[in-house]
Amino acid sequence: MVVMENEEITHPAPPLELQKSPESEPRQPVMINVNDVDFCYGTHQVLFDVNLEIPPRAVTAFIGPSGCGKTTLLRCFNRMNDLIDGARISAGSIRMEGRDIHAPEIDVVDLRRRVGMVFQKSNPFPKSIYENVAYGLRVLGVNKKSQINEAVEKSLRASALWDEVKDRLDSSAYGLSGGQQQRLCIARALAVEPEVILMDEPCSALDPIATAKVEELIYQLRENFTIVIVTHNMQQAGRCSNYTAFFYLGRLIEFGATSKIFSNPSERQTEDYITGRFG
Amino acid sequence: MKIRTRNRIAQTTAFWLFRFATYAILAAATYIFLDIGIKGSRTLFTTRAPFINVPFFTQGPQTLFVFDYEGKKYTLSDREFRAWKTEHPVEVEATSVAYSAGGVWPCIVGTALLVVGSMIFALAVGICSAIYLNEYSQNTRFIRLIRIAILNLAGVPSIVFGLFGFGLFVIFLHWNVSLLAGWLTLGLMILPAIITASEESLRAVPNGLREGSLALGATKWQTIRKNVLPYAVPGILTSSILGIGRVAGETAPIMFTAAYALRDEMPWQVQRWTDFVFQGVMALPYHIYVVSSKIPQNDYTERMQYGAACILLLLVFAIALASIVLRERTRRHLSW
Repeated sequence: MVVMENEEITHPAPPLELQKSPESEPRQPVMINVNDVDFCYGTHQVLFDVNLEIPPRAVTAFIGPSGCGKTTLLRCFNRMNDLIDGARISAGSIRMEGRDIHAPEIDVVDLRRRVGMVFQKSNPFPKSIYENVAYGLRVLGVNKKSQINEAVEKSLRASALWDEVKDRLDSSAYGLSGGQQQRLCIARALAVEPEVILMDEPCSALDPIATAKVEELIYQLRENFTIVIVTHNMQQAGRCSNYTAFFYLGRLIEFGATSKIFSNPSERQTEDYITGRFG
Repeated sequence: MKIRTRNRIAQTTAFWLFRFATYAILAAATYIFLDIGIKGSRTLFTTRAPFINVPFFTQGPQTLFVFDYEGKKYTLSDREFRAWKTEHPVEVEATSVAYSAGGVWPCIVGTALLVVGSMIFALAVGICSAIYLNEYSQNTRFIRLIRIAILNLAGVPSIVFGLFGFGLFVIFLHWNVSLLAGWLTLGLMILPAIITASEESLRAVPNGLREGSLALGATKWQTIRKNVLPYAVPGILTSSILGIGRVAGETAPIMFTAAYALRDEMPWQVQRWTDFVFQGVMALPYHIYVVSSKIPQNDYTERMQYGAACILLLLVFAIALASIVLRERTRRHLSW
């Protein structure tokens, strides 16, 4: 443990230096850096000493049994936990591209623009399909019709929804099926051009066919976005992620390439969970 | 066997008790509406064209003069009596009955002004504080204290609001008996109901909409303005219907602060427009109070009492209907 910590401190450039040259970074670049994070809801601690480096332009899956802190950690990345009374990171830090996301100069509104989120329960707004996707741009102050039109079409195409909805952009988003609604939420997140997309069990309420579509979409999006996905479905993690992190009781047990975690995990607990012996 | 019989009797008794309670409400409501409706319509309508008692809707209250002349019985309003006297230069022994002729037009106008002003005040302050309480504030001890204060405010009797308004607005601030004092007094009275109901409507908006909006990089205010408040408005309107009924019908808060028993000028007949909010008005509930208890009762007073009560009922009904229509219109394209 002590050796690990020393490595953490000596290898990357000091956090105060914003300019990092690629040569001084021996490992591959990191999008989100989680350092020794403890997290509490009031007095109830749910995350213990989590260290994690989420690589860019790849899909990272968080797996683990219910209540192990996956969603909590995910919601730390866009500071969604700020909304919950008494919830706080009690130790450690989270850095995005080297900058602490809790630093005073970080604007949380800007952070959330850069780190999009798709929720477990699809939550389209009670507006038209078009307005749902345009919402993020409008709140950013984009008013030019042509620019919004372009972004809406681009996002809907990217989320593989364009062909299904192009003739009824002005009808209510509630008229869409559950899978379409979830893809609309993804399109909505894409419209503001985030760098990271967080997905909190995006398929938990979907049937297998809709799930397959969303998974395919996630797989395509990884070329342009950093995706972090929380899932209960191990097959899903295996199918669509590049890296997998296994959590258990608030601790990160193992993190590595998905192929390795699923075929040859180094921890006993990971193996037990993946093979279905518990969880 | 015995127990089963007893159970059955208990069940039947309870059932009939509940049924009678329900029917009693219906009976009471029917009686009230029929009584006021029938007796009031005698005042509101006439048997000759245009079938509507036009002076009742267009004139202010006047004194009624009753007298016999050449074997014929006359009941004339103040204005008619003077006209009659110029034609018949004779002395007649006339009984005068105050307030029992003419109409209630200034009262309708005054009540409408009071309702509109106080509802605007109460909705503005109420919605703002509901947004603060529900969206911004943390659950601290101070906020809990505020909530208790709001609950207590809801339980304050309206006459106490009247005295408060009298002491603060009329006396201390020298606004005298005025529309402004009435607006604020009525508004304060209705405020707790508006806040509570607005908060409930805000709470009914799913949290997913807030989180979804914030996660897209919207500020909290943008989220509230574009993605929370529009969906809470129908609920707020529904609740304000109740508020309108109370504001239009309360007598106690306005009897010291805004209402005149009799005023000859209409509210728009002010010398300077700045005087508008500093004038007292006639109001229907106070007028009903005056004609029912402040003047000697006789055969001629009932007409005005029931007419005014009927108008007040119709007015509240109309405003409520308007709010319902407005609510349905806003709600039509909303559902989650």
